[in-house]
Amino acid sequence: MDYLFNEQQKMIQDLARKIAQEKIKPVTAKYDESEEFAWEIMKVITDSDLFGVYIPEQYGGLGGGITEMCIVAEEFSRACGAIALGFAGTGLGTFPILLYGSDEQKKKYLPRIAKGTIAAFCITEAEAGSDAGSIKTFARKDGDSYILNGTKQWITNAGEADIYTVIAMTDKTKGARGATAFIVEKGMKGVEFGQKEKKLGIRASATREVIFTDCRVPKENVIAREGMGFIVAMKTFDSSRPGVAAQAVGIAQGALDEALSYSRKRVQFGVPISSFQAIQHMLADMATQTEAARALVYASARMIDAGVKNVAKESAMAKLFASDTAMKVTVDAVQIFGGYGYMREYPVEKYMRDAKITQIYEGTNQIQRNVIAANLIKESIKAE
Amino acid sequence: MAGSITVILNKCTGCTLCVKACPFGAITMANKKAVIDMAKCTLCGACVPACKFLAIEIKKDDAPATKDLSSYKDVWVFCEQKKGVIQTISFELLGEGKKLAKKLGVKLCAVILGHDIESKIAELSNRGADKIYIVEDPALKSYQDDPYTEVLVNLVEEYKPEIILCGATVIGRSLVSRVAVKIDAGLTADCTGLDIDEKEKLLLQTRPAFGGNIMATIITPNHRPQMATVRHKVMKEAEMHKSHKAEVIRKKYSQSVMKSRTTLLDIVEEIEETVNLAEADIIVSGGRGLGGPGNFSLIKELAKALGAAVGSSRAAVDAGWMPYSHQVGQTGKTVCPKLYIACGISGQIQHLIGMQSSKVIVAINKDPDAPIFKVATYGIVGDIFEILPALTKEFRKVLKK
Amino acid sequence: MNIIVCIKQVPNTTDVKIDPVTNTLIRDGVESVINPFDAYAIEEGVRLKERFGGKVTVVTMGPPQAETALREAISLGCDEIVLVSDRKFAGSDTWATSYTLSCAIKKLGDFDIILCGKQASDGDTAQVGPGISTHLDIPQVTYVKKIEEIKDSKARVERMTEEGYDIVETPLPCLLTVVKEINTPRMPSLKGMMRAKSAQVTKWTAADIECDPKSIGLDGSPTRVVKIFTPAPRKGGEMIKGETGQVAQELVQLLKDIVI
Repeated sequence: MDYLFNEQQKMIQDLARKIAQEKIKPVTAKYDESEEFAWEIMKVITDSDLFGVYIPEQYGGLGGGITEMCIVAEEFSRACGAIALGFAGTGLGTFPILLYGSDEQKKKYLPRIAKGTIAAFCITEAEAGSDAGSIKTFARKDGDSYILNGTKQWITNAGEADIYTVIAMTDKTKGARGATAFIVEKGMKGVEFGQKEKKLGIRASATREVIFTDCRVPKENVIAREGMGFIVAMKTFDSSRPGVAAQAVGIAQGALDEALSYSRKRVQFGVPISSFQAIQHMLADMATQTEAARALVYASARMIDAGVKNVAKESAMAKLFASDTAMKVTVDAVQIFGGYGYMREYPVEKYMRDAKITQIYEGTNQIQRNVIAANLIKESIKAE
Repeated sequence: MAGSITVILNKCTGCTLCVKACPFGAITMANKKAVIDMAKCTLCGACVPACKFLAIEIKKDDAPATKDLSSYKDVWVFCEQKKGVIQTISFELLGEGKKLAKKLGVKLCAVILGHDIESKIAELSNRGADKIYIVEDPALKSYQDDPYTEVLVNLVEEYKPEIILCGATVIGRSLVSRVAVKIDAGLTADCTGLDIDEKEKLLLQTRPAFGGNIMATIITPNHRPQMATVRHKVMKEAEMHKSHKAEVIRKKYSQSVMKSRTTLLDIVEEIEETVNLAEADIIVSGGRGLGGPGNFSLIKELAKALGAAVGSSRAAVDAGWMPYSHQVGQTGKTVCPKLYIACGISGQIQHLIGMQSSKVIVAINKDPDAPIFKVATYGIVGDIFEILPALTKEFRKVLKK
Repeated sequence: MNIIVCIKQVPNTTDVKIDPVTNTLIRDGVESVINPFDAYAIEEGVRLKERFGGKVTVVTMGPPQAETALREAISLGCDEIVLVSDRKFAGSDTWATSYTLSCAIKKLGDFDIILCGKQASDGDTAQVGPGISTHLDIPQVTYVKKIEEIKDSKARVERMTEEGYDIVETPLPCLLTVVKEINTPRMPSLKGMMRAKSAQVTKWTAADIECDPKSIGLDGSPTRVVKIFTPAPRKGGEMIKGETGQVAQELVQLLKDIVI
């Protein structure tokens, strides 16, 4: 389907696709196996100017919006959803600064990110996943700074990133207004990282605990102001959801490409299996659902870029549908490969393993449904 | 006078074979007739033989001859020497040169430059040279562009050969490209076939183009000498006749001819334990089908049993499993061994270009549709991980006898 | 440092196939690309610029569509592009091509280094680079796999040989032809692609470069193509079938005379 991208968006798509095919695809199996962070690919992406595609030009980026970010995330994920996360996860960690950062903060951090510095977003804790409101990490005010204590869990890019945007409680009595967003840098005293987690999928993505022990953070590193923490987080997720959805679409497309190609080569009963209606119908459904997911991604991305105020429902729909689609399409892709699909020697089982996380992180699909329903009901009340 | 190309419209049936044959995409169809876009056409001529109806005509007017070419005689072979050792390509050229000289009824002359190479005269004599031009000077000990070019240009201007053959080696290609420009001669590179047009007494130089998909025969009608380079292992070596005696012409040139703008600071040899790929008579080659660098041990085992060199397809080199020095193919080495065993190599045209003139090709691949089977003398569809060890074992058995 | 890179746009031979029925070339939708070896020359030129400062000018002789190759060079980091194009150049062999390019380079003015790819993937002659240096009467080193140092108007380079490499020193200005070992070409950058879109191409015809009409195009080409034919395809032979052990034995019997 033609999404009527403009000239620059098409150029971005071409370049991202070229990098995916020529640089990422050849190494995806290797990094999945070794579970190492693909620094060489991050360098290629940085040199191509795409690492900062969503960062304003005045800070060294390309000045693109969510649409451009989704285009890049999708193309990279088509080759490898895990390696793409080095880029996309940085985006998540950058949005708090982009959306709410002061001029000084933007000047200080955004150019570094545009030049390839990895970032990470820290909110989840062992006892606070979907229930983000019950985070325990606490930042106590002490003179001109805050002392951070607590442990964040399952943080994408943790340990590799230099820049961390962290949501911590500053006033337990204020409930939803009691959290604050901070910028913390690797190397600051009191910041440590846990062991790299061993995961089912997206193995080349580094996932670790981030442990704060009496970590002193200057007040200049507060994003917006005290009490804005959860709002910063919510708005960050609203902007990043299409990115996750784009990653899911990329994974689905990559699996579909492999399944289609394989079905034309694999001969059984004297003919390629792509001539069997059963396979054809599977492929047709996979392609249609992937396209529908893609359409939701770019429609919601365009809304955000156009400045539409409330995009929570639409971006939740995109994330929900795309991730469920990725799971279904990748499972079907393995099925089309038959026995070969189950073998690690063939690329398709990795897509299936990688797809699962997209239904879980950045708001589980159950939370997404809550968001969608809540907005539906709100709109319904308003309409009366 | 420029050239021209025309489509003879009443012969053109709109079959589009020419459209597909044009490497520059210069031909399109309009109203079922071929139309050639002169902005894209380079007059390469690939479309002419593609048309089954002879509907495309290329006219190239010859410029009138400006020189008296009859004073150019003899077939020269530039004999490359490194560290005082004559490179075997020179013997191949002497072999081919002899045939050409015979057809023309002229002499075969060897040209050799160097320092302390007096002993090489006998070798060149034995290989059939009628005349040997030898130029010795300390400045010529190792190859340098400037003095070698100057000397060769001087020799050519004095003795006027009609044909010069040279090996398509690092040295050869650098040298003759410069010489050809200086003396305004035509030079054809990497010829796979040389012959004489007996009527016109012209050298017919045949070489592959567009990566080997097309062969072109080239002549140099109005310039002398006619120069050609030939790749290693394409022609047969001249036989040795110990009794053959050559006339020797020793030339000396002044220091101004011997000066060099470039300086050779060092010669570094990277010794490979394995047999040199370009010289090998037997090559065992591995490709993507091996799956990983460790599996190249199977190739190396078989190669050891056969005393063979180890080759690689580009896929395996790009994946980092083998160094580039082992790459056979369009952007790697061209080899012409007696036996080439291709294991887990699909046979893309870029690889075939590098080895298809091997005498016997054996292909082992699990894909029955692999293009390599179309050129293999013997093909086995099977698992290389089983077949290679079995072959190694069997060869060891037979060769021990 | 003033760097000139000569490139050629060639058909992408990876996509060229032979039609098994008609035995002719099939070129369906084959795009033209920058000659693979020239990509290494471009990369080396850009690296020299990054190391020593200066600019990289890319020159090509070709039909008008060669402009896309020049723009691609801009996206890879080059600064200026020149297209030398004229119907009068059609039919040029390597002598005429190197002459034409040398005239264009003379018009560009002073330079420090000219970089060329070792050979073009369509002609494969490797003659144009040395031809240019001879027409310009400058020293050359071919098959360069590394530029070790450039200092005091001299370059020290490694020239690949069949046995290893030579270390050669050459004064500037000079011409170097490069091989794949010299570097890994970079991906284009997006800013580069945007610059490439809006870049100005200098276009020169035969009249612009002050060349001798007798030395260009067909007239300037000592060599002539008299025949083009598709080579007789090498035919496949026999397939050996059976159990692994059996197959191995059969093959070894067939080959043993060659191998011994």
